[in-house]
Amino acid sequence: MRETAVAVAHIDSWLENFTEFEKKTAGRALPWLHRLREDAFARFCEVGFPTTKDEDWRFTNVSGIAKTLFRPAATVKLAPGDSAAWRVDDVAATLVFVNGRFERELSETSNLPKGVTVASLRERIESHPEEVQQHLGRYADTARDAFVALNTAFIGDGAYVRVARGVVVEAPIYLLYLSTKEGGATMTHPRNLIVAEDQAQFAVIEDYASVGGESVVLSNAVTELVAGESTVAQHYLIEREHLKAWNVSTLRIQQGRSANVTSHSLLLGGGLVRNNVHPVLAGEGGECLINGLYLGTGAQHLDNYMYVEHASPHCASRQFYNGILDGHSHGVFHGRIVVHKDAQKTDAKQTNRNLLLNDDAQIDTKPQLEIYADDVKCTHGATIGQIEENALFYLRSRGISEREAKKLLLLAFAEECVERMQSGVARQHIEHLVSEHLLFTEGIAPVSLEERVTERVVEEVG
Amino acid sequence: MSLLEIKNLHVTVGGNEILKGIDLTVNAGEVHSIMGPNGSGKSTLAQVLARRDAYEVTEGSITFEGKDLLEMKPEEAACEGVFLAFQYPVEIPGIGNTYFLRSALNAIRKYHGEEEMDAMDFLPMFREKLKLLEMDDKLMNRSLNEGFSGGEKKRNEILQMAVLEPKLAILDETDSGLDIDALRIVANGVNSLRSKDRAMLVVTHYQRLLNYIVPDFVHVLVDGRIVRSGGKDLALELEEKGYGWTEKESLQPVGARS
Repeated sequence: MRETAVAVAHIDSWLENFTEFEKKTAGRALPWLHRLREDAFARFCEVGFPTTKDEDWRFTNVSGIAKTLFRPAATVKLAPGDSAAWRVDDVAATLVFVNGRFERELSETSNLPKGVTVASLRERIESHPEEVQQHLGRYADTARDAFVALNTAFIGDGAYVRVARGVVVEAPIYLLYLSTKEGGATMTHPRNLIVAEDQAQFAVIEDYASVGGESVVLSNAVTELVAGESTVAQHYLIEREHLKAWNVSTLRIQQGRSANVTSHSLLLGGGLVRNNVHPVLAGEGGECLINGLYLGTGAQHLDNYMYVEHASPHCASRQFYNGILDGHSHGVFHGRIVVHKDAQKTDAKQTNRNLLLNDDAQIDTKPQLEIYADDVKCTHGATIGQIEENALFYLRSRGISEREAKKLLLLAFAEECVERMQSGVARQHIEHLVSEHLLFTEGIAPVSLEERVTERVVEEVG
Repeated sequence: MSLLEIKNLHVTVGGNEILKGIDLTVNAGEVHSIMGPNGSGKSTLAQVLARRDAYEVTEGSITFEGKDLLEMKPEEAACEGVFLAFQYPVEIPGIGNTYFLRSALNAIRKYHGEEEMDAMDFLPMFREKLKLLEMDDKLMNRSLNEGFSGGEKKRNEILQMAVLEPKLAILDETDSGLDIDALRIVANGVNSLRSKDRAMLVVTHYQRLLNYIVPDFVHVLVDGRIVRSGGKDLALELEEKGYGWTEKESLQPVGARS
């Protein structure tokens, strides 16, 4: 261990956690992996958790996380019935992780086309260390972000997806991360590595959910997605954990020449959520669509931090995020676009639209453009509004109840994002979740938050 | 019992009195036209009848089939059979035309304890009505009024009316902005919906529409009061002499038809 200045509270606890983890984790005999973890842990100790003085975290206070003593989530066996309710039909493969660990019995990977690997990262590290080494930890930046550092220090399990050159996977690959109720605060650090060679085509859904009641949990996930030349990739993130969950998700995308990658996020659950999406358009002619929807209610805090890096000429990026905020929830959209010196002919666009359903709901939206090239087109725009009175009256004047009319208008607003989702399977799954969720949104239904949560737990158990 | 009875209706918007004592009785099967210059309160009357809550009724009463209309929410009034064809139909991206219309129809059916109509039953009926308004069914796959031309929007209003089959249809300046072909189509649609069970209130600034939708009664609204009522010839007289004529005569109001 290197000597470093320590900026972390409960450093003893973290050190103990890390030491214990390193003793039994996968690939502990691999020097490169050992070094990756150790360096990341040192980095974490050095920088500590961000504070609101940090510009990137101005609107999101994670002192609750910093103050909490976490231990690793226990290994729990779920009966197949317990996760059946979460299953998505018509997918190419399903991987289920319970408290961060791969569950083979709940997973299904037997119908994949040739040239596609979908496996547990832990297993892949053991069986094909060189293949994993080529990419793991090369993109997600531990120096920038303490949560990425922490995740990297605790790289243990997660999904490993590899799509060979020219292979088209028609149906999405579904990754489900379940956290269970525990005594005390627990943490998981899912680490996913998705690598597509040239001219591949595929979609991955990451779905974070809770089973069996609420306890304090930190889900700190990092996904590295590498898209080769002319590859077409879709990534979906769904956050629907319970309201005691802290969820920090980081998606780091590395795009090759003419690669076309889309990132879709749906934030429904979680007490405090930070959704980092960081594509680097590293090859010429790349295209990137970042699309998201966040629906906050109660005291939820939903932070979307977009960081689009244009590093090559002739690339295009589009960001569309819509938020609906009810109760006294707090939404954040931070859209940062960096156009590097050589990235001429960049075409970058960003739009953030918000509906506030309650006077106590809050949104902070912040564009941030840093342009170092001189021949580029960058636009950004943000709107904050309420349900339009005219539209509401129009619907009601045709016999539709106020509640139903509001729901229709909210669904329509959400649909702007949903209809950008190319995969029919993913879109249907998400459409269903959004429509169910809006049924329970406070502003349109006289249902208290407690009732709403109970309702969900029932659904989870069933 | 009359279908609609308005008695001494006073309405205020943002502290300004717009309607200053309207009396009007409409029976089933009748077509009434409300004419008047801009700012006379025509649209306010239409919106109050559709129960828009931005308007404050300070005095008077409205009953619809004997029920207190002023106690109803917009959706209740709609379910009871009041329909307003908007002067400015609202564009709502993300809500499909067909889906919206079926939802509205089913909301009304449910209100009356009838079974909801599924897509299989709805579509044939819907196609008939589309033909009536000479509308392209491709429009119906689009979002509600989104990207519709002015004429398409107005036709869509009458299409909705044809599907929802209200007892009282209020047409708020449905003719404004229409070319003569569109006007003819809209008027044909409206005329085909005339029946002994249905009343219409045609609000318009110009007499032109009334060449096609011939009213039984014409009322002239000036400065929040009905200053003259008469038969269809009154509209022609107005066209000839202009509203100034009635304004001069409003010193001796004729009052509502009794």
